[in-house]
Amino acid sequence: MATVSMTVNGKKVTGDVEDRTLLVQFLREILNLTGTHVGCDTSQCGACVVHVDGKAVKSCTTLAVQASGSAVTTIEGLADGANLHPVQSAFREHHGLQCGFCTPGMIMTAVDMINRAKADGRKLDEGTIRAELEGNICRCTGYHNIVRAIESAAQAIA
Amino acid sequence: MHNTSYHRASSVDDAAAMMAKAEDGKFVSGGQTLIPTMKQRLAAPSDLIDLRHIAAMKGISINGNQVTIGAATTHAEVASSKELRAICPGICNLAGHIGDPAVRHMGTIGGSIANNDPAADYPSAMMALNAQIMTNKRTIDTDDFFTGMFETALEDGEIITAVSFAAPAKSAYAKFPNPASRYAMAGVFVAKLKNGMARVGVTGAGASGVFRHEGMEKALTDNWSADAVANAKVDEGMMLSDIHGDSAYRANLVKVMAKRAVAAAG
Amino acid sequence: MGMEGIGARVLRKEDQRFITGKGRYTDDFKMAGMHYAAFVRSPHAHAKIKGIDKSAAEAMPGVVAVLDGKQLTGDGIGNLICGWMIHSKDGSPMNMGAWSAIATEKVRYVGDAAAVVIADSLANARSAAEAVAVDYEVLPHVVDAVSALKSGAPQLHPEAKNNMIYDWEIGEAAATDAALAKSAHVTEIEIYNNRLVPNPMEPRAALANYDVAEDHFTLYTTSQNPHVARLVLSAFYQVAPEHKLRVIAPDVGGGFGSKIYIYPEEIVCLWASKRTGVPVKWTADRTEAFLADAHGRDHVTKARIGFDKDHKITGFKVDTIANIGAYMSLFSSSVPTYLYATLLSGQYNIANIHCNVRTVYTNTAPVDAYRGAGRPEATFLVERIMETAARELGLDPAELRRKNFIRSFPHQTPVIMAYDAGDYDTTLDAALKAADYAGFSARRAEAEKRGKKRGIGLSCYIEACGIAPSAAVGSLGAGVGLWESAEVRVNPVGTIEILTGSHSHGQGHETTFAQLISDRFGLPTANVQIVHGDTDKVQFGMGTYGSRSGAVGMSAIVKALDKVEAKAKKIAAHLMEADEGDIVIENGEVKVAGTDKKLGWHEVCLAAYTGHNLPAGMEPGLKEGAFYDPTNFTFPAGAYVCEVEVDPETGVTQIVQFVAADDFGKIINPMIVEGQVHGGIAQGIGQALLEGAIYNADGQLITASFMDYTMPRADDLPSFKLSTHETLCPGNPLGIKGCGEAGAIGSPPALINAITDAIGNNNLTMPASPSRVWAAMKA
Repeated sequence: MATVSMTVNGKKVTGDVEDRTLLVQFLREILNLTGTHVGCDTSQCGACVVHVDGKAVKSCTTLAVQASGSAVTTIEGLADGANLHPVQSAFREHHGLQCGFCTPGMIMTAVDMINRAKADGRKLDEGTIRAELEGNICRCTGYHNIVRAIESAAQAIA
Repeated sequence: MHNTSYHRASSVDDAAAMMAKAEDGKFVSGGQTLIPTMKQRLAAPSDLIDLRHIAAMKGISINGNQVTIGAATTHAEVASSKELRAICPGICNLAGHIGDPAVRHMGTIGGSIANNDPAADYPSAMMALNAQIMTNKRTIDTDDFFTGMFETALEDGEIITAVSFAAPAKSAYAKFPNPASRYAMAGVFVAKLKNGMARVGVTGAGASGVFRHEGMEKALTDNWSADAVANAKVDEGMMLSDIHGDSAYRANLVKVMAKRAVAAAG
Repeated sequence: MGMEGIGARVLRKEDQRFITGKGRYTDDFKMAGMHYAAFVRSPHAHAKIKGIDKSAAEAMPGVVAVLDGKQLTGDGIGNLICGWMIHSKDGSPMNMGAWSAIATEKVRYVGDAAAVVIADSLANARSAAEAVAVDYEVLPHVVDAVSALKSGAPQLHPEAKNNMIYDWEIGEAAATDAALAKSAHVTEIEIYNNRLVPNPMEPRAALANYDVAEDHFTLYTTSQNPHVARLVLSAFYQVAPEHKLRVIAPDVGGGFGSKIYIYPEEIVCLWASKRTGVPVKWTADRTEAFLADAHGRDHVTKARIGFDKDHKITGFKVDTIANIGAYMSLFSSSVPTYLYATLLSGQYNIANIHCNVRTVYTNTAPVDAYRGAGRPEATFLVERIMETAARELGLDPAELRRKNFIRSFPHQTPVIMAYDAGDYDTTLDAALKAADYAGFSARRAEAEKRGKKRGIGLSCYIEACGIAPSAAVGSLGAGVGLWESAEVRVNPVGTIEILTGSHSHGQGHETTFAQLISDRFGLPTANVQIVHGDTDKVQFGMGTYGSRSGAVGMSAIVKALDKVEAKAKKIAAHLMEADEGDIVIENGEVKVAGTDKKLGWHEVCLAAYTGHNLPAGMEPGLKEGAFYDPTNFTFPAGAYVCEVEVDPETGVTQIVQFVAADDFGKIINPMIVEGQVHGGIAQGIGQALLEGAIYNADGQLITASFMDYTMPRADDLPSFKLSTHETLCPGNPLGIKGCGEAGAIGSPPALINAITDAIGNNNLTMPASPSRVWAAMKA
């Protein structure tokens, strides 16, 4: 057993977990933050993406103990109270989701993508957005509207 | 996943001491390969010793022409280093095509090299750049380091601390990703060293893991051009064959990727 | 109609919870004392179970039970059923083997459950499952359908001699043979329609609890049709009578058909919960989903089509062998028969069609309906053979199609279907125009200069949706009716709840269905709540599959709304002392036409509930229900154009444009319809270019994770150019045809036609992976 302490969505949390506990299990089962999902076992689908110290990370491929001491943001912590993050709004505006299961990971990936592009002064064109979505699989939307949502959010944030 | 005991090392010596005490320990850095393997119960280390927080193993330092990359440096850090890109763009482009953005935030160069997955990208660059692999015990020439699929010259408890190489005159990496896993089905790193010698590292395609293609190296040393590798022979018998492509297809990919890498290197 | 009525692009009401991480999927639910199930799955394709040693597993930490198939059947749990009876052409009923939720004597595919462990944590359950020692006697196996029919092939079920489930036919064989014999030209084709794994992103899950005090079960499950699940669990598997079983399908993360069926795992969780006295949860990991979810497609087909000297089709003869896997899943028998062969007329006037289908057991996962179900297989065959014929005849593929289009409706095909309405010229024209078909040769020449091979391909698809009428499908062997129910509950304050038997797992019903209210009464969709997915709340329903929620589910709502409107008008007329026929309801107001007399909608609703002043003899309240049984299938149709560039050095296909022109009848929310088309096309492109489930010679599924099974990713796909044309369906009150499956049905042939056009080799098997295309270029 290990004691893990981290800041999740701005709140300090501590829990005793088996060392093998994945970060996603810690979030879902201990903290009841069930917005982060598990869609595969091989780190490909990206339904589990959260931010660790400001960077997109696959929480199904990270142990909770590895993230101890870090600041974690999940989909539940993205909005500022009732004010949605621009990426969340854009996914709704552009119908970038259907069943909603991949959506939290998609949104967290998109926020990270836009943040990095902004930091580097890069513009996100369609080809770049599609390439950067390599680690997120959606079975419903055909990605068309996800790409529109990210294009639009990137403009709004720029 | 079977249970394990996690230890976070604060220094290389600390990590080595932790490993010495472990029954069946493994070093973990980004964990992007090890953790999925443990989830599948294909690996069950008694102890995990985390190297990612060892400050001495992080970062890229450039001293004149000599590049040293700490083993715990992430793919994202290598991909986005402007200083490194200025003198060795090939390795930055390679790092930017490993996995996906989230994997690149966690995965490290040391982990990739130590694991020596036959479809991993970095080993091809190490070979082509004639890199030296630095450990807590010694420095190993790249040609002596990769000894077969998932096999390296590392001894039990030995920790890669950094890799070091001289920036080449030209370098580029061309990767043909497996359509499903996006690992390399054929990844070719070409480098023209400052002494004029060309080196070519090939990953993903070979039946025994990463290898140097001496025919192409010779052709490129004589004539650095895409045409020079177009006529090189790639032995189908040395190639992997699976549902995504037979050995003839992989042999073709090696040639095509080599051509494209040389063209990209300019 | 107002801002949120029929035809408005209303943003989705359900999105708020999904974009904030507040969706509630089955695996998100917890219960006090919850335990976890881990299945012991067969590593062999075919084996006899000689014995099971549970002792080591039982002694492991946290384990409360290790259960096997004999205990399951011993407790009276029934075998799994197939809900559609097919008769062979000799009149004999299909030969169905027994399928127990946990194997008793034999395992028949890799992943077949041999035992289950119930433990206090998932990790403990999995560790114990590894410790269950099953003594297998390995038997010879067969994984492909053609081999399974050969003499001497390994036999799966004693009931099915030579592994044949049925040998079925439709149409007139002799007339078709005669027509082909007289044809000026005959085109032949052989096709393998590849096996697919549906892979909704949410893996299947079940959480079952038995309440001993109430003798009552609750099941949370990832189902597209919770009421059908309850019916089948009760009537056939004897888990509990219906009134003692509540089935809840909460937010469900995609289905695509694979969550229609009632799988062994749900049955086992319910049974195990009663047996162990603890709530039992099971959530598939992705590899388990690959192994144990129902797969789709897997047909081998030979076909011949004849043309007269004017290039009119004379006859079409089809011989198909369908792989159904190791067991007959819930609707599996209907997919390669009534959902497939009845669509072989496509958009074309064909006087003679005959199709023979042999459906076969193999040592593979069960195969059932996956998005499109039979119709993609039919469309792929028809549109590949039409393209092939055009090439052989030296004709423009668009012209050959046009020459044979059906233009007069209703049209009776020789394979049961009576097309009610359509306009195939318009959708083809729209697609060709949007794709700049005329400018293709210039684009091809330009690509050639860049060293790329460019090709263009068409597909003119038709499908049948809404699956019904009940009496008709009943006569064809269906075990259930295919109607839908709805209840409209108007609250005293005028807000409305719609209870529907349809189930949304991505389709956006909470928005689209609410738009019907907006359209009818001028109320904001915010005042409407859609209730679905819980057998305690909704009385009965058939669920969502086969693009039926619009055409059937919404028709039921319309019928219930008709009753609500009529009663509300009676009340309003009484209150305002006006003639009932003069009452109009719009913008949330109830008015007397031609006067300034009006009441607020909420005032009429309140009056209905106070009961203070109602017409004589009227019951208080404002709540109406309806069952809607369709009068016919609906027939969405359209034309797709795909243009590709192939890299001759690597065989990589890049889709440079994809155009879809669809006729879905009336569209309620164009935004949602476009999303359905995008997703359908992506799955169709997935089938054509990327996806394929492969069992190797050892009977192992070697594509059992996303590492080897290629899921479409964002960089595999282009943005799509869509348009719609509206010919109303005459069979239902809204004129809806359905849009959920069209993209998956219409797109594969367009893509393969384009690639084969580009590379100049018509012989290309799906998925057209780079290595296959490269090899085809060299052949």
